Amino acid sequence: MGRYVIRRLLQMIPVFIGSTFLIFVMVYALGDPVAALFGDKAPDPATAARIRKELYLDQPLWKQYLHYMGQIFQGDFGTAFNGQKVTELLASAYPVTLRLTLVAVVIELVVGITLGVVSGLRRGRTVDTSVLVLTLVVISVPTFVSGYVLQFLFGVKWAVIRPTVSPEAPFSELLLPGTVLALVSLAYVTRLTRTSIAENVRADYLRTAVAKGLPRRRIITRHLLRNSLIPVITFIGTDIGALMGGAIVTEKIFNIHGVGYQIYQGILRNNAPTVVGFVTILVIVFLLANLLVDLLYAVLDPRIRYA
Amino acid sequence: MDLAMSEAETLEKAPGGPPLGTGPGKPRSLWSDAWYQLRRNPIFLVSGLLILFLVVISLWPGLIATGNPLECHLAKAQEGSQPGHPFGYDSQGCDVYTRTVYGARASITVGVCATLGAALLGSLLGGLAGFFGGWWDALLSRVADIFFGIPVILGGLVLLSVVTSSTVWPVVGFIVLLGWPQISRIARGSVITAKQNDYVQAARALGAGNGRMLLRHVAPNAVAPVIVVATIALGTYIALEATLSFLGVGLRPPTVSWGIDIANAAQSIRNAPHMLLWPAGALSITVLAFIMLGDAVRDALDPKLR
Repeated sequence: MGRYVIRRLLQMIPVFIGSTFLIFVMVYALGDPVAALFGDKAPDPATAARIRKELYLDQPLWKQYLHYMGQIFQGDFGTAFNGQKVTELLASAYPVTLRLTLVAVVIELVVGITLGVVSGLRRGRTVDTSVLVLTLVVISVPTFVSGYVLQFLFGVKWAVIRPTVSPEAPFSELLLPGTVLALVSLAYVTRLTRTSIAENVRADYLRTAVAKGLPRRRIITRHLLRNSLIPVITFIGTDIGALMGGAIVTEKIFNIHGVGYQIYQGILRNNAPTVVGFVTILVIVFLLANLLVDLLYAVLDPRIRYA
Repeated sequence: MDLAMSEAETLEKAPGGPPLGTGPGKPRSLWSDAWYQLRRNPIFLVSGLLILFLVVISLWPGLIATGNPLECHLAKAQEGSQPGHPFGYDSQGCDVYTRTVYGARASITVGVCATLGAALLGSLLGGLAGFFGGWWDALLSRVADIFFGIPVILGGLVLLSVVTSSTVWPVVGFIVLLGWPQISRIARGSVITAKQNDYVQAARALGAGNGRMLLRHVAPNAVAPVIVVATIALGTYIALEATLSFLGVGLRPPTVSWGIDIANAAQSIRNAPHMLLWPAGALSITVLAFIMLGDAVRDALDPKLR
């Protein structure tokens, strides 16, 4: 197990370097951060050159990248162009997005697995068909549509909740945004659970459990669920990274000051240090989540052994 | 929009498929069998007709919308339904019905072109990697990993925010760039499976060259999963285009796009919800049609589900 983890961590290095370098190139090579600093005015060449030197922008791109990564590993993510430390922005934005993601994952787990189990056990019946149709519809409605519609209905028309989230973003205000963020994945979790349950219901070990005379409840929770949820857990694990990166749309709709909001603002203002800093952390989260899922796999399914 | 899922989850086969062994005397090939199943699948018929309709109106929008989508009367801004203008007007006073009809063209063009591009590039790279193996395979898998590591919407924001073109091509190019690794993984896997078949070994023993083996024996038997994933991806690409346009980095005015219209409508959703309803509904139905088509094609092509 230990050797496996080390090998996986080593394999992450090229992927990490590749993804961050790609983002770095996109941000630094495509836009001109110094010009962006001056807004619509044309910068004075001497001042621009001085800023370029200060920000290490007069070096070739690969040197800039190495310099930047060196700084990151010393805990210095640089300074946003408005003078705020990027680490401060990170510290204020990441907890908010983490809470939002947590709400989304819990909703996915509870609602998605329940619906999936119910429809998987009643394959071909009305419940099953309606759940399937529902998931198809949910998958087809893009997040930004469902976000605005739910915000309008709950926040404005029925006025049950505040339409936008306050800067502190407590859990209670994140319920609706979390649901919106979770919706599409929720549909996938439901369908995946359903397929998996439907497959395992016909398995030999389940027939044995029934023949032994075990109570139905125990058969479902101990035998059926434990085996059927392995692919579901895998999906949710890989989804965590996607949720955090995909929260841009949800955070924009509900005015949540999280990771997506900061990145969106950073890109609009061509604020390179903010964008690269946030994305770097996102990539790390994404890679670690994937590793965690693979390890969890071995815990859930004892047949899988990592040497 | 998580694409890794599409292979894993399955939709129940529609009832009415041919019972095994009782069909006409001659055994059907995978393709004619799939076609036989598809013709009897109501989901396929409904989604197929819907897609046919969308393609026709994206080619000739004038057939059902006589107005000009760019002709607007500010005096009528945000007015509701009126005779001759069933969907009302948007904030600029443009006819929502005309714009909704014309919006199909952008979505269909992006969806079809991006899918073709990603499928061709992905199956070429992945197929060759799976067939030849070795360092090319290892390199390609790592490169695909790198592209997987970049969150899609984020990459779109960064890459497309510097583009100023108002055509669909930058968006198509971006979707191909981030979409090919998914297809290439599927293609690689199915080529590896196909190449281990006995008939491929037999062809090798008979002295067939690489090109002949790949084209005559491996490719025809490995292409089904790619088609399935590509069809489902088409729907998600359309949704992605709309999301990018909504964020202001996808298609740009004067291109008529549902994503742009939804973004504009969202700002005044409290006063005029009808402006959001129609383009959003059209977008959702389009995505739904392609995802249903993909589901139906998968059920028909995947013998494991029979």
